[in-house]
Amino acid sequence: MKNWIKSGAPWIWLSGATVSISLIMVVGLIGLIAVRGLSMYWPGDIHQMDVKNAQGNTEIIAGEIFDSEQVSKERLNDAGIVIETDQHIITRYLVKTGNRDVAGPDFRWVIENNIVAETFPEDIVVFERLEWGNLYGVIESIKEKAEYVVAPGATSAALWLAFNERLARATQLQEEITAIEKTEIGSINYDMERLRLKQRKLELANAFDAAARQNLENEKALLDSQYKSHQNNLANLYREIKRDSVQVKIANGTVVEVPVGHVVRAFKPNAMSIPQKMFFYVKSIWLFMTDDPREANTEGGIYPAIFGTVMMVLIMSVIVTPFGIMAAVYLREYAKQGVVTRTIRIAVNNLAGVPSIVYGVFGLGFFVYFLGGNIDQLFYPESLPAPTFGTPGIMWASLTLALLTVPVVIVATEEGLSRVPISIRQGSLALGATKWETLWKTVLPMASPAMMTGLILAVARAAGEVAPLMLVGVVKLAPSLPLDGDFPYLHLDRKFMHLGFHIFDVGFQSPNVEAARPLVYSTAFLLVCVIIVLNLAAIAIRNRLREKYKGLDH
Amino acid sequence: MTTTTAKSDLFAKTSKRQKWRMFNDKLAAWVVSLGGMSVIVAITLIFFYLLMVVLPLFEGAEIKKIQSYALPASSATASVAAANNEITSHYIIDEQGKIGVRFTSTGKAISFYTETGEVISEKALVDSPVSSFTTAESSSGVVAYGLENGSAVVVKVGFDIKYAESGKIVTPKFEYILGEDPVDVFARGESIKHLALQNGEESLTLVSISDTNRLRLSVFEYEESMFDDEISFEQSDYEVEGINYTPKKVLLDSTQRMLFIFDDLGSVYFYDISDKDDVQLYESKSLIETGSKITDIKFAAGSFSLLIGYENGRVAQWFPVRDESNNYSLAFVRDFDLGASAVSNIASEYFRKGFISSNEKGELGVHHLTAHSTLLAQNIEAGKLTHLAISPRANYLLAESEDGKLHFWHITNEYPEISVYSLWDKVWYEGYSEPEYTWQSSSASNEFEPKFSLVPLSFGTLKAAFYAMLVAMPLAILGAIYTAYFMSPKLRQTVKPTIEIMEALPTVILGFLAGLWFAPFLELNMPGVFSVVILLPLMILLFAYIWHKLPHSLVGWVPDGWQPVLLLPVIILFTWTAIAVSPAIEAAFFGGNLPTWLNDEMGIGYDQRNAMVVGFAMGFAIIPTIFSIAEDAIFSVPKHLTTGSLALGATPWQTLTKVVILTASPGIFSAVMIGFGRAVGETMIVLMATGNTPVLDFSFFEGMRTFSANIAVEMPESEVGSTHYRVLFLAALILFLFTFLFNTMAEVVRQHLRSKYSSL
Repeated sequence: MKNWIKSGAPWIWLSGATVSISLIMVVGLIGLIAVRGLSMYWPGDIHQMDVKNAQGNTEIIAGEIFDSEQVSKERLNDAGIVIETDQHIITRYLVKTGNRDVAGPDFRWVIENNIVAETFPEDIVVFERLEWGNLYGVIESIKEKAEYVVAPGATSAALWLAFNERLARATQLQEEITAIEKTEIGSINYDMERLRLKQRKLELANAFDAAARQNLENEKALLDSQYKSHQNNLANLYREIKRDSVQVKIANGTVVEVPVGHVVRAFKPNAMSIPQKMFFYVKSIWLFMTDDPREANTEGGIYPAIFGTVMMVLIMSVIVTPFGIMAAVYLREYAKQGVVTRTIRIAVNNLAGVPSIVYGVFGLGFFVYFLGGNIDQLFYPESLPAPTFGTPGIMWASLTLALLTVPVVIVATEEGLSRVPISIRQGSLALGATKWETLWKTVLPMASPAMMTGLILAVARAAGEVAPLMLVGVVKLAPSLPLDGDFPYLHLDRKFMHLGFHIFDVGFQSPNVEAARPLVYSTAFLLVCVIIVLNLAAIAIRNRLREKYKGLDH
Repeated sequence: MTTTTAKSDLFAKTSKRQKWRMFNDKLAAWVVSLGGMSVIVAITLIFFYLLMVVLPLFEGAEIKKIQSYALPASSATASVAAANNEITSHYIIDEQGKIGVRFTSTGKAISFYTETGEVISEKALVDSPVSSFTTAESSSGVVAYGLENGSAVVVKVGFDIKYAESGKIVTPKFEYILGEDPVDVFARGESIKHLALQNGEESLTLVSISDTNRLRLSVFEYEESMFDDEISFEQSDYEVEGINYTPKKVLLDSTQRMLFIFDDLGSVYFYDISDKDDVQLYESKSLIETGSKITDIKFAAGSFSLLIGYENGRVAQWFPVRDESNNYSLAFVRDFDLGASAVSNIASEYFRKGFISSNEKGELGVHHLTAHSTLLAQNIEAGKLTHLAISPRANYLLAESEDGKLHFWHITNEYPEISVYSLWDKVWYEGYSEPEYTWQSSSASNEFEPKFSLVPLSFGTLKAAFYAMLVAMPLAILGAIYTAYFMSPKLRQTVKPTIEIMEALPTVILGFLAGLWFAPFLELNMPGVFSVVILLPLMILLFAYIWHKLPHSLVGWVPDGWQPVLLLPVIILFTWTAIAVSPAIEAAFFGGNLPTWLNDEMGIGYDQRNAMVVGFAMGFAIIPTIFSIAEDAIFSVPKHLTTGSLALGATPWQTLTKVVILTASPGIFSAVMIGFGRAVGETMIVLMATGNTPVLDFSFFEGMRTFSANIAVEMPESEVGSTHYRVLFLAALILFLFTFLFNTMAEVVRQHLRSKYSSL
């Protein structure tokens, strides 16, 4: 035993264990996010349980099992719940009962010992609504304008068929309403605002004469008439969509009236077969990525966040690529090598290690308030005191992140340039090419995989950085996207949503944390996937590069 | 002929093309240099911009003279005024600094333009002889005259702003808030010799001392009628016995519950008047050393701290302090030295804890209480100053000199709250019982004393980084040693990318998992987690010993260097078992609830989001940083050192410990430094996994607040350009310098190492 210890084997095993622990942590983390994130969309069975409550009566609780926990009896006692049992460890389930507007809290803890009976009725429908979260219940009847179309007592199949017809109609109407409200009326509002700014600009220049006033009045009148016609359409559509309502009986026996126009989706999980559930699952994931958020970001999709992140990363790449490459080329090819360039290289390396919040602070102070404030004074005096660029927005955010990731691009490009063998450079120059032509036509193309690696790493970092963005342009809920159909189409002064910030906001600044939690895991999983894919691509390119240049080196 | 023209054509074309190529080359060189330099300049700009925003914090104050003119006098003839001994009682300046109001000892309010001294109007506030004057808290604008017939007049001064063609017209307005008629205090016609008052939301208290040393408290309680907006008040009077000394000045605090009476021998009598029927004396003490004399006493903003000026040029700050049994006593807090001549006047700012003082020689001093700083000491060449007044925004000053002149000065004093003392030392804030390190940047009230100590934040940053390094260092360094030295190359090809992925994981995700999953998990399964941390190494060693003892035929097929894979099931199994058994352990030993047990039995508070959670989460984040640099350093140790050592008979372990690690130690050291730098600057994990409470507590069951989280939380809500804003920039600058320094040191060490290797 002593010899074994002396040979150092225990330490070897312990250090091997640290590698295992790190591997387990990484894989475990990604696995945890994947499992919790992806399982959210599987339509879970609705349990209907008869539960003994504190007074000794039995109440009916229906809902999805969200989570389960093993707690010691003492902890429950400390929380005020007393159970008569010999067990020390008690299992309890977190049931999502929904029905927040009619039956109180939408999540309830149910202790296993208190469950008297449990069934899985096929008739229970899950209604996903525009407001107030999910509703769980059985359809009793359907009304059209307060008259029964399908009376209570009809077969559940008939009810379900009729309901789905009306739901499809309501969904169609809702799409039309959204199209008019968001796109058409949104454009009109935007144009009216531009007219107001035009007027203000003329006033400031003392050029607002009668002719200009007449022109503006005409345009305003035109917009007003368009707005009125849209309003009429909308009024009709709203009247139509309010027509149908469905009466639902929930677990405690009350019958609730649900306007069909408030229902986004409805399904019967206990009656769905496995292929149906799989189809539903794929559709849910698709909706998650393409839908707008609802209910203060705790429900719905994350499309604006994805769009905002992609837009910001694109703008950032457009800024960082030329400047990073120019800086690297300058450092390696044009600047005189010596103490100055060595210090600059050390400085650039260190800047990659500076906390990102410092970049955010700099971005806020210098870009937003100083540069943005001056831009407002010079180019947008008519909007003042409301700032246009003197406030956080997507342009300043992209610029800040470009500054943050430029060291990564510089280092990667420099490494790529250093791998190009000097023989190629010398050969090109010997054949009579100028330095610029050598660079442009031989060296840079050979270094382009390295540049791409640098860009991918920069993009991966930008997609994940949240701290600086909190200061320079990200918001909880953006009313419109930075890219839309109104001139000038790309609005660089708008605030945007970001996947990383969405995780922080939904997880920690949400009114309903329990409901929001699966959404946080799903968003996190999406972000992790994107970043892993980018990094693996960068690693693969880098490895291929190393192999390619192994022979040419030295 | 044709060949020559063709040749010259060709030559002409070529030379044109050559010119274009040369131009292109030069242009490219110029553009690239410009672009490259601008990027490098932008990077260095960060430091200079941060510095530029921070430097104004440490500037002093500046004053600039605007005008001096004769005292704005009343329209009565000079002789009448002189006969009535009309001297100044008080000045009020309006918000914009354009209009001043001079209150005289004959009960007149004379408004004048501050820039020229031209009198605008004059109002007689009282119509019988005046015996005393006082003001309430300066921001309330309430003044009161005590009359010789034993009644008092209370007036609220405001400024009306009207917009006319010529611009803004500001006129002072005087509102008799207790009615036009003077309120009776002493019914028998004794004159009010000393007066003090404070006006609050619910009541106004008037403290009067007659010329026969009677002390009377008059409380006016406001009642808002239910039918209209009229406010009426009800007067109640209380007589207080026991004034057997000669009062010289009386002051009432803003809560209308603490009364300070100063006698002519330099002592203060501190009364508790919260129950007006039963006035208690908290204590009486002497405020002077023998031989000295008090020359002026004023409240600071908020009417809580007493500023006492002495004959020897000292101004001392005293305020009430509460002990454990809730008894108040007056404590000396700090003092300011103005020079050798007597303090002639003190004027407090309206909203900040600063004040202006003057002495007999005519020197003006601008001071701040919290920062314990004197921002300006200048002689304004006007002789002895008898009255000082500051404008509400603390940007204008009126000084009346002994020779009957009024001087109007402009003050620039933007950030007085900050000094090296207020940032880094223990400061005794108002309302606290002793000096403390506190960070509390804002509150709801106007007269709030901002507490900008950077010590709790630095402590929190270092605590978080320390726990993170505690978790990360063993895992990363041992892992790096194994991966670089013992691991089989095939396994290495899988492990290295996995660690790189670990590095790429956004810290937002680590933070939210720590806050939303790990913190509740830890609280529920603490015994399990602790047993894993303590027992896992033993389990691993046990497994290793068993593996060693097993016959070669069983285990020989596993090649060398695959220990991590062998250990995977062991670790997973043990951890799973420990967590599963945790509730049982908890029930058996800790009464079923470990956090409660800690609180009750050991007196250790438990916060769900605490340093342990941050340690694990941030440790996870910095493991890959330390791992990759350390592994690189160990892997690059020249092979011939290893082979030579082995050839000389050393075991692999001896070679590792005595040759390889020693050679690579600078690399490992630089890895640790870079990791530490990263831990210090991490924002999102700390934001989500700690309670963000700026406490100074070593316990790893409590939370903390770091510099970076503080900036992220407070920056969007701070006023641009204010002291708070600049202090946050200072925090960012500190972070920047700290990480820059650490990273540079680490980089220099690494360069040194690289050159050492190439020489080996």
